[in-house]
Amino acid sequence: MTATTPQTPATPATAPRFAAPPPAPPWWARLGGPAAFTAVALLALVAAPLLLEPFRLNLLAKYLCYAIVGLGIGLAWGQGGMLVIGQGVFFGLGGYAMGMYLKLHEAGGDLPDFMVWSGVERLPALWAPFASPAFSLVFAVAGPMALAGLLGTLVFRRRVRGAYFAILTQALAAATVILLVGRQGLTGGTNGLTNFFELFGQDLAADGTQRGLYLVVAVVLGVLYLGARQLLRSRFGRLLIAVRDGEDRVRFLGYDPATVKTLTFAVSAGMAGLAGALFVPVVGIISPALLGVVPSLELVVAVAVGGRFSLAGAILGAVVMGQARTTFSEQFADGWLYLQGALFIVVMTLAPRGLAGLAGTAREMWSSRRARA
Amino acid sequence: MNGALLEVRDLSVVFDGYRALAGVDLTVQPGELRFLIGPNGAGKTTLVDAITGLTRPAGGTVRFEGRDLAGRAEHEIVRLGVGRTFQTSVVFEGLTVVENLDLAASFRRPLWALVRRRRGVSDQVAGALEIIGLAELADRPAGVLSHGQRQWLEIGMLIVQAPRLLLLDEPVAGMSAAERERTGELLTRIAADHTVIVIEHDMEFLRRYASAVTVLHEGRVLVEGPVDQVRDDPRVQEVYLGRPREGAAGGATGGPVAAVTAAAAPPGGGGTE
Ligand SMILES: Nc1ncnc2c1ncn2[C@@H]1O[C@H](COP(=O)(O)OP(=O)(O)O)[C@@H](O)[C@H]1O
Ligand SMILES: [Mg+2]
Repeated sequence: MTATTPQTPATPATAPRFAAPPPAPPWWARLGGPAAFTAVALLALVAAPLLLEPFRLNLLAKYLCYAIVGLGIGLAWGQGGMLVIGQGVFFGLGGYAMGMYLKLHEAGGDLPDFMVWSGVERLPALWAPFASPAFSLVFAVAGPMALAGLLGTLVFRRRVRGAYFAILTQALAAATVILLVGRQGLTGGTNGLTNFFELFGQDLAADGTQRGLYLVVAVVLGVLYLGARQLLRSRFGRLLIAVRDGEDRVRFLGYDPATVKTLTFAVSAGMAGLAGALFVPVVGIISPALLGVVPSLELVVAVAVGGRFSLAGAILGAVVMGQARTTFSEQFADGWLYLQGALFIVVMTLAPRGLAGLAGTAREMWSSRRARA
Repeated sequence: MNGALLEVRDLSVVFDGYRALAGVDLTVQPGELRFLIGPNGAGKTTLVDAITGLTRPAGGTVRFEGRDLAGRAEHEIVRLGVGRTFQTSVVFEGLTVVENLDLAASFRRPLWALVRRRRGVSDQVAGALEIIGLAELADRPAGVLSHGQRQWLEIGMLIVQAPRLLLLDEPVAGMSAAERERTGELLTRIAADHTVIVIEHDMEFLRRYASAVTVLHEGRVLVEGPVDQVRDDPRVQEVYLGRPREGAAGGATGGPVAAVTAAAAPPGGGGTE
């Protein structure tokens, strides 16, 4: 090739391949998000309490608690690329905080019933602060956040990631169960904490109380969803996606990915903790079986099914899989586990974007048909 | 040497017993445009990796503005003002062009300030978009960019960070002739107010844009000096061609250039991992 002199450079010959800016979405597409949110919110806050019988509404409240955990998993895994398969630990931490408060309230100055049965004579010092409902609620969120923050700082700084991180979170869930079961007198052992009758002076068995609890859970979920969405749209959210897609490259932009991941992990843990605290008065029990390896994995499967890259998908997955579990596990308990495993594999290989991805594809097909018509 | 921006002394890097760098000295003054050349496997990328904290040296020192860079994490070195690109460009495909630039430009903001949403495009980012010629594609995902455009975007992401030293690892590898031309202009423009080290294989590109050249060979500095002098150095000819070059100096087209370009085997290795 013969060179031209550097003083007279040729005009840039490479026309950009995609010169035209993308067409602006039509107005109705831009309305889609808020309109859909409003519709779902109306359905959840007005229609469901009016139409569902108390038993069904209570089940839905339970699924929505799981959906709050799912939202956190969607944030950490779908957006941040951290496969968290031990969220049960944080859920449990929140649940036990709430359970301890309720137990102490129930005992009214005496020892909680199960301690008496296990021969404990004085209230353990660990329990004392949980007499305060405010402390218990704050701890339910701050405790998991602090634990995740500590774990993240230790682990992410050392650049542990991928499967190693996932296994670590799961090991933590397994260890927590062993700890809880082993300390019968302190934790209620395998039975966990149960027999709650009152919350803030309200009869927990009353339909009205349960309806109120359902509304609280639904509102909390809605607020957290909107907050998470805002976070994703911020620069921090862009940074999180950048960390997911190229952690090493992010370092060379001058950011420390360990900080970004630790913060996000802590937020997802805080969500799980809050969900646990809400779960206890809704379901009436917290026990090791509810927060071990299997329930932790089930939630990850649910988020994968709903669509881990979409926050709404994560919520949808938790609700759908919660309902499916109620329906199937009553009839064939073991089969349900295998079915979930199979479903997980099918989703991850054939539809990695889950139900939300399928819905998105359907919407695109529909609007392109409309555009052609 | 006093007042040097970058001082590399006796730097060595060992991979499983293999000495990829065996005592490299390199001094770069503020405002310089330095070309770093050498056959494949000479250790050019390894040198950049060692300067930027990606690879731990087995011995020697790297000083930037008088500060020892030893033991600092990658992001800390970036914050001191050393920016780099990679041989195989890595932009964030899921983010738009403007988001890639904005993220790079925001790296000195405190983390809590990042929680706010980006409003519009900062002057800095708009300026970079103009310089790298991707203004039209600002809102497209970086995943749709061509290879050349990605390299430019990477360079843009460096510019908005206002680094005091830029290290570009084979910016024109795999580019078409026209894209090389564009990149050369971009380089000239950046070098006007930045200190830049460019790794390059292509002799033609070198002849047009280089002034000072350092030749690396088997982990050592072979020759250093003005481009003409380096090109005519028999040791360089031997390294590149495997035999002393016959014929007179000058007019470096034809045979030698073709051979040198052929030596520039496909880009690879030295990625982010
Ligand atoms: N991470 C690594 N592990 C082992 N060997 C490596 C590694 N990186 C580079 N090398 C070796 O070091 C030598 C120099 O590589 P490199 O710096 O990439 O060369 P250049 O960029 O000059 O082509 C090569 O022989 C290469 O195989
Ligand atoms: Mg290289």
